[in-house]
Amino acid sequence: MTDGHDPAAPLRRTALHALHAEAGARLVPFAGWEMPVQYKGIVDEHHTVRRAVGLFDVSHMGELELRGEWAGHVVDYLVTNDAKQLVDGQAMYTCACNEAGTILDDLIVYRAAVDRWLVVCNASNRPKMSAVFRAAAVDHCEFEDRSDDTALVAIQGPRAFELLARAGSDAAGLAALGSFRFRDTIIANVKCTAARTGYTGEDGVEVFCAWKDAPALWSQLLELGRDLGCAPCGLGARDTLRLEARLSLYGNDIDETTNPLEAGLGWVVKLAKGDFVGRAALEAVKQAGLSRKLVGFEVTGRGVARHGYPLRDEAGAEVGVCTSGSPGPTVGKNIGLGYLPAAMAEVGRTFKVDCRGKLVDAAVVKTPFYRRTA
Amino acid sequence: MSDAKIPGDLFYTTEHEWARIEGDRLTVGITAFAVEQLGDVTLVQIDVKAGADVVPGKAFGTIDSVKTTSELFAPVAGKVVEVNGTLDANPERVNEDCYGEGWMVVIQAADRGDLAKLLGPDAYRAHVDASAH
Repeated sequence: MTDGHDPAAPLRRTALHALHAEAGARLVPFAGWEMPVQYKGIVDEHHTVRRAVGLFDVSHMGELELRGEWAGHVVDYLVTNDAKQLVDGQAMYTCACNEAGTILDDLIVYRAAVDRWLVVCNASNRPKMSAVFRAAAVDHCEFEDRSDDTALVAIQGPRAFELLARAGSDAAGLAALGSFRFRDTIIANVKCTAARTGYTGEDGVEVFCAWKDAPALWSQLLELGRDLGCAPCGLGARDTLRLEARLSLYGNDIDETTNPLEAGLGWVVKLAKGDFVGRAALEAVKQAGLSRKLVGFEVTGRGVARHGYPLRDEAGAEVGVCTSGSPGPTVGKNIGLGYLPAAMAEVGRTFKVDCRGKLVDAAVVKTPFYRRTA
Repeated sequence: MSDAKIPGDLFYTTEHEWARIEGDRLTVGITAFAVEQLGDVTLVQIDVKAGADVVPGKAFGTIDSVKTTSELFAPVAGKVVEVNGTLDANPERVNEDCYGEGWMVVIQAADRGDLAKLLGPDAYRAHVDASAH
């Protein structure tokens, strides 16, 4: 994997590193960080999140803060979604594009107040996005990269709110949070900000707290949730969970060679909102029509599609590429995402995945592969 | 450092396959260390049938876990005598019993001299310790 990080630089560690090691996690390099890929096993952790509640350390992600009267305008100009629609305490998913209309990063933008905004970016893109927002803020608003003192813990699963109910007096307030709403609160005696967001397809919250407070928050939640089936979960399960929910992974499904429209992220591109970086290019893409689309597919033959495998038509010609693929533990099938020509992107269309020279049957299916019922 | 089991009566390759040698025949599977690295095995595909020739360095199949796809290599050149067909429907046997029920193929070595090139348990342990870092 080339993620733009100096492979010779020492790996960074989150505030929870020692707790991960103690819990027997397998720690691997990820975007310049040493992160837990699994504790007990990916499938086990995947089911923990689908059936009970799992904790993820995602402190490696970047937190960028913009303050001042013009902060909202700066944010809105850099992202494709319409940040002007947000109210205090509301967040939204969006892309940030370059002038060519391809994706610099996918982000969640939070409006704490009209003059206080938070942008959460991918760990692999933090240096790039920190520079983009810093540059745009010059002469307009204050900018601070808060990544180094901000920890982030995701609490995900159908029993997440049962766990939160045990962890403090603001349980009712948290349970009343709407999707993509957030509030300052106290969980397990730790001052934090909780947002009803996630990357798993399950209900839950993502909690920002001070770096130094993360171990207390983490340990207490695990302790309080033990009989609920709460367990720590690694990046491996995070990947299978997000794939089943068809959530894009930057660097796999989207990057600076893909635009949000072909990636199925047109719903976060608001061409009519006013000018923003990449608007003209995306307008042109829309006028011209899409040449390819990111589709979800099921491998119907025997094989597992993986990132980078070629996709071929029935005649064997290379027509696209798999961007993500793995067994889906909940859906019980081998699933994937990949780019196919727009003319081949309709549900039911069959094609082949080139699994190391072996052509395996696959078919375009509706996504998400998994949708929670409650 | 891995505490994966490495039986003393087997031979090994640097690709983390094991071989149980009986005469000029080798029963081949993947080691506990390999299983530990793979995690939950979801699919075992052996692309050769009895009678096929295999050579080291050329994959005779693949093994998929949730996390990744790995290739399977023959420890020595030879002819496939038997394939473990039960792994088709029960890939989890590799996780449960990699040195027993999870065996993959039996190979008849083309040249018995090649068997001397396999790693013994101690040499393999050293290899695992080196690659676990």
